[in-house]
Amino acid sequence: MSTRLASGGRLVNKNKAVSFTFNGKNLRGFEGDTLASALLANDQMLIGRSFKYHRPRGVVASGAEEPNGLVNLGEGAKFEPNQRVTTTELYEGLTAKSQNHWPSLEFDVGAINTHLSRFLPAGFYYKMFIHPRPLWKHVYEPIIRHSAGLGKAPKDRDEDTYEHYHASFDVVVVGGGIAGLAAALSAGQSGARVMLVEQTNDWGGRANVDTPTVDGKPAAEWINATLQVLENMENVTLRLRTQGSGVYDHGYVLAYERLTDHAPETEGPRHRLWRIRTKQIVTATGAIERPLSFAGNDIPGVLLAAAVRDYAVNFGVSIGDRTVVVTNNDDAYRTGITLKKAGLEVPAIIDARTNPQGELIDEARALGIRIEVGRGIAKVKGGKRVTSVEMCNQAGEGAVVEEIACDCVAMSGGWSPVVHLWSHCGGKLNWDDAQAMFRPDPERPPLGADGEGFVKTAGVANGHLFTAEVIADGFAAGRAVAKAAGHSAKIGQAPAGHDAHEGAISPVWLMPQGASHALRSKAWLDYQNDVKVSDVQLAAQEGYESVEHAKRYTTIGMATDQGKLSNINGLATLAKSLNADIPNVGTTTFRPPYTPISLSSIAGAAKGDLFQPIRKTPMSDWHTENGADYEPVGQWRRPYAYVRDGETVHDAVNREVVNTREKLGLLDASTLGKLVVKGPDAGKFLNMMYTNMMATLPIGKCRYGLMCSENGFLSDDGVVARIDEDTWLCHTTTGGAERIHAWMEDWLQCEWWDWKVYVANVTEQLAQVAVVGPNARKLLEKLGGMDVSKETLPFMQWADGKLGGFDARVYRISFSGELSYEIAVPASQGRAFWDALLAAGEEFGVMPYGTEALHIMRAEKGFIMIGDETDGTIIPQDLNLQWALSKKKEDYLGKRAQERSHMTDPNRWKLVGLETTDGSVIPDGAYAIAEGDNANGQRNTQGRVTSTYYSPTLKKGIAMGLVHNGPDRMGEVIEFYKVDGTTVAATIVDQVFYDKEGAKNNV
Amino acid sequence: MLTLHCPNCGVDADETDLHAEGEAHLKRYGPGSSDDEFHDYLFQRQNPKGVHFERWKHVFGCGKYFHAARCTATLEVFGTYSAQTLEPTQAIKDAISAKRPGWSWGDIS
Repeated sequence: MSTRLASGGRLVNKNKAVSFTFNGKNLRGFEGDTLASALLANDQMLIGRSFKYHRPRGVVASGAEEPNGLVNLGEGAKFEPNQRVTTTELYEGLTAKSQNHWPSLEFDVGAINTHLSRFLPAGFYYKMFIHPRPLWKHVYEPIIRHSAGLGKAPKDRDEDTYEHYHASFDVVVVGGGIAGLAAALSAGQSGARVMLVEQTNDWGGRANVDTPTVDGKPAAEWINATLQVLENMENVTLRLRTQGSGVYDHGYVLAYERLTDHAPETEGPRHRLWRIRTKQIVTATGAIERPLSFAGNDIPGVLLAAAVRDYAVNFGVSIGDRTVVVTNNDDAYRTGITLKKAGLEVPAIIDARTNPQGELIDEARALGIRIEVGRGIAKVKGGKRVTSVEMCNQAGEGAVVEEIACDCVAMSGGWSPVVHLWSHCGGKLNWDDAQAMFRPDPERPPLGADGEGFVKTAGVANGHLFTAEVIADGFAAGRAVAKAAGHSAKIGQAPAGHDAHEGAISPVWLMPQGASHALRSKAWLDYQNDVKVSDVQLAAQEGYESVEHAKRYTTIGMATDQGKLSNINGLATLAKSLNADIPNVGTTTFRPPYTPISLSSIAGAAKGDLFQPIRKTPMSDWHTENGADYEPVGQWRRPYAYVRDGETVHDAVNREVVNTREKLGLLDASTLGKLVVKGPDAGKFLNMMYTNMMATLPIGKCRYGLMCSENGFLSDDGVVARIDEDTWLCHTTTGGAERIHAWMEDWLQCEWWDWKVYVANVTEQLAQVAVVGPNARKLLEKLGGMDVSKETLPFMQWADGKLGGFDARVYRISFSGELSYEIAVPASQGRAFWDALLAAGEEFGVMPYGTEALHIMRAEKGFIMIGDETDGTIIPQDLNLQWALSKKKEDYLGKRAQERSHMTDPNRWKLVGLETTDGSVIPDGAYAIAEGDNANGQRNTQGRVTSTYYSPTLKKGIAMGLVHNGPDRMGEVIEFYKVDGTTVAATIVDQVFYDKEGAKNNV
Repeated sequence: MLTLHCPNCGVDADETDLHAEGEAHLKRYGPGSSDDEFHDYLFQRQNPKGVHFERWKHVFGCGKYFHAARCTATLEVFGTYSAQTLEPTQAIKDAISAKRPGWSWGDIS
C-alpha cells in the first residue's frame, strides 16, 4: 500500500493537518502536500479512468506532466474539471471527485472497452463510422457524445476574479531550478532587469531531491543563499506558482500566476496572466522522465522512477512497500537508493543494459540491492494495483525468467529536455544519439525583430544532465542574455556543481526488444488517450508516415497533457516501425500554453460589465428611467422602444409610430456619426468619398450622400451639410462613424497625402435630437429664438442659432417623411435640451420613440437602411439610387468597380416594395421562389426580403426586397418561403408605401 | 506578437496597438483603366515567403499609418518608414540588402 513514512517530507508540515474529501470520503493530509501526495498517503492509488478503455488509472508522475491524475475540483461557482492532482496544492476543505467513470470509480461499466480493445484499434472511429452516412448523425454521434469527455462542464458562473499584468523586462528566466537561479543571478548581477518564474511553489527543482553539491556544499544551501541574493536585488523579480506558458514573436511571453489556488478563501484575483515584453529569454525548464514501454506499464503503482523518490523525499510518502526499479540509465538507481535508505524494500533493480558502470550502481550494490542486468519486464501483473512483475531478458521475446512480487514499479526510460518554450516560436532541435534525447540547437534559435536569436536555453533543458554542467550553463546563459540586452556589469564567480558520475544510457523503446503482439498491445504510450505501441505500429503499417498524421490518427499526445510523457516514445516507435531514424521522423509541433491555463485568466477582467465599454448619450439616464428596451448598435445601446406599464414591446413600437405620425415624436439621434471635414481641398476630397457631388453643395444646405468601397459596394450613407467655404459636416450611420473616419484617414494619409484636408470625429461632442411630426414646428416655435418657418428654413437646409436658450444647429431633414428637424446642441446641454423639449412639447402630445419606430417609419417611406438593404454585395444601382451617382464626376471611390460587366448586368436583383395579399408580415430574409430546382436540388429563387415590418400606419405588413427585374414587374404576385416551409404571396409594389407625394414634409 | 516602431510618434508599438492594413505601395487604378489593371489593383496581392512590404496603422496610438518592411518567414523587421511614399526609401532597401542579398518584391529591388 501507499502510505506516509515516519521520516522524510521536506515540503510538508507534519504539525499541521489538513482535511479534504475525495469522492465524498473524508481524508487528511498535511500542509505542503499536493492533492496527489495526500491521496497517496491515504492509500488512494486509484484516481481515475482512462479515456477510451476506462482502464484504472493512478498517478504516474509528480509534476505538470501528469497524464492520469485528473479530478473535478471544487463545487458550485468554484467548480473546475480536469485539474491535475500533482499540481494542486492541498488546502483545508478541498473537495475532489474522480472523472470518466460510471457508475463508480471502483466499478466502471465502460471498462468493458478494455476487453473489446482488439476491436477498437487506432483509427477505429474513422473506419467504423464512415458508412452508412446517415447513421453518423442519428446513431453514432449521439452515443459518442454521451461517452466522450473527461471532466464535467461547470454549471455555475465562475465567481472568482482574474487579471492581466503588462510588464517589460530585459530578461525573463523560465524555471526556478539551479540553472534558472544561476541564470537569474548572473543576468541580475550584469545589471539587467530580470524576471524569474517557477511553476511550482518550490525553488531549486530536482536538486532538492537529488542533492548534488554546489561549491562544495549541499545544493539546498546554495539555493537558499542565492535566493537571498536575488531577493535583495532591486532589478530582479521572483515569482513562484508562475508558469512560463508561452513564448511568442518578438520577445512576447505569457506567464500564468496561480495566486490563490492553494488558498481559495484569500481575497483578490485567482489567476494573473502576465503579458510580458522582454528583450531576452532563458528557458531553464528542466526535463521530463520517459516511461518505458512494457506490458502493463499503465497499471496503478507503475510510476516514473523520479516521481517515486519525489514523493518519498518531498512529501514523506511511499508508493509501495516493495518497489521494483526498471531502467535503462543510472539516474533511476537514485530511486532504489532513496527507498532502501528509507527502510523500504527494493526487491530488484532491473537494468536493460548489459554492463552498466557508475558510482550510483556501486552505491546500490553496496546497499545490498539486487541488480539484474540485461533484463526487462515482460509484463506487470495486477488489476487496480500492481501485484508483481514478470522479469525477462531484454534481448528476448518475453519468456519469463522470474516473477517478482511487488506493489510499485519505478520506471525510467531516460530524460527528455523540456524544449516546449524553446520551440514555441521556432527554435529548432537536434537529436542527441548518445543521450537519446532531442535538445535545442543553439545555432537555430527563435529569431527576434532584429533577426537575432532572443531565446537561450540552459541547464537540463539544454541537454546537460549533470550538475556541474547545468549550473555553469545557467550562469553563462544569464550572462549572455544580459549582454545581448545591453547589460554587462562585472559579475561574480560561476558556481561549481558536482554529483555522482554516471554511465551512458542505452535507449530502450520497447521492453523486451522482441515483445509479442499480445505484449505490445498492452504496452501503453499515452495513458490518458489509451494509445499503445501496437496502435502506432498499426498506423505506420496503414501508411501514416508523417508524425503529425500518425498523431491525429492514433490520438497520441492529443490528451490534456499534450504528450509530455508519450511523444518521444511514440515517435521513436513510429521511427522503428518505418525503419527510419528518429530525427528524420521529427517531432510534432510544440504549441503554447505549456500546460492548460484557465480560460478566465485569458479573459482577465474583460467580462460582465467590463467586457467592452458601453457608449452612452447625454440622455441615456432618461431613457433607462423611462422604460427603454435597449438594443446594441455598435458599442452604443439605443432604446428600441420605451415600454410603458401594461404594454408589450410591440405595443410600444406601434404607439410610438402612430403618435409621431399624428402628433409629435422625439428621437435621441446623438449616436449618429458626425465627422467634420475641413480644408482647402475638402470639397475635392468629399467628391471622391461620396458618389454624388459634394463640392458644389451651397453653404447652408444639406445633401443625402452615399459612400461605396473601391469594390463598388454601398458602405455607408448620411446627410452632409456645408458649414462654410472649406468645412463640411458629414453624418454617418451610428455603427459607421469610426469606420468611415478611418476610411477617410486611409485615403488622406496614404493616397492623397498632398491634399489639404483635416477630418475630426465630433460624434460625442454633440447631442442630437430629431423632433418629428405634424407638431414639430409648433414645439420649436414655442421654445423660440429661431425662425424655423417653411420660408426661412426649407427642407434640406440648416441654421445656427439660440433655440430656447440652447446653442443649436437645426437641420431640416427627415428620415420619417414627417415634418422633421434634427437639432444638435453641445453634449453638455443635451440632457437639459431633451428635458426642455419634453416639457414644452407636452401640450403638443410629445412622445419619445425608439429605433424600431424609426425603422418602421423609414420603411413606410421606402428609405433604405445600411445593413438591411445592404449587405456588402449591394451597389447603389440595385437600390434604384442612380440619382445619387454623379455623372459629372470623373472619379469617385467605387465608380470604376461599378463599370464592371457584372455590376451593369440587367439581371441583378433590384429593390421593390412588397405587400402580402393577406396583410401578414413576411419573415425577415425570406426568399422568393422561382420555378424549378438548381444543380444542388434546391428550389430556385428570384429575390429576397431585406426589410419587413407591421406598419401601424397602414395596419398591414409591408416589406422591401430585392427581386429579379423587380421594377419592371409591378403588380405581379410572387411567393416567399416561410420558416415552416409554407409560402406567403406578395404583390410587387412601389417601395414608397406612405405619402408618396411628400405632402406631410412639404409644410 | 510583433513589435513595430511607429515612425510618426516614435513609439515601439505592440501588435495589439496596431492594425494591419494590407500590402503596401498599391497603385490605384480608377475610371479609364482596363479590366485587368483594375482587377489586379483590387484583388491581386503578393504572398511572398520572405521580404514583404506592408501598411500598418498605429490605431491605438497616434492614429497614423506607416509602412513596414519585414520577412514573412522569420518575422525579422528591416525597418518602418513613412506612409507618404510610393516606394521604400533607399535606407530601407539598403537594410534589406544587408540581410537578404538579391531580394526583390514586385518591381522593387
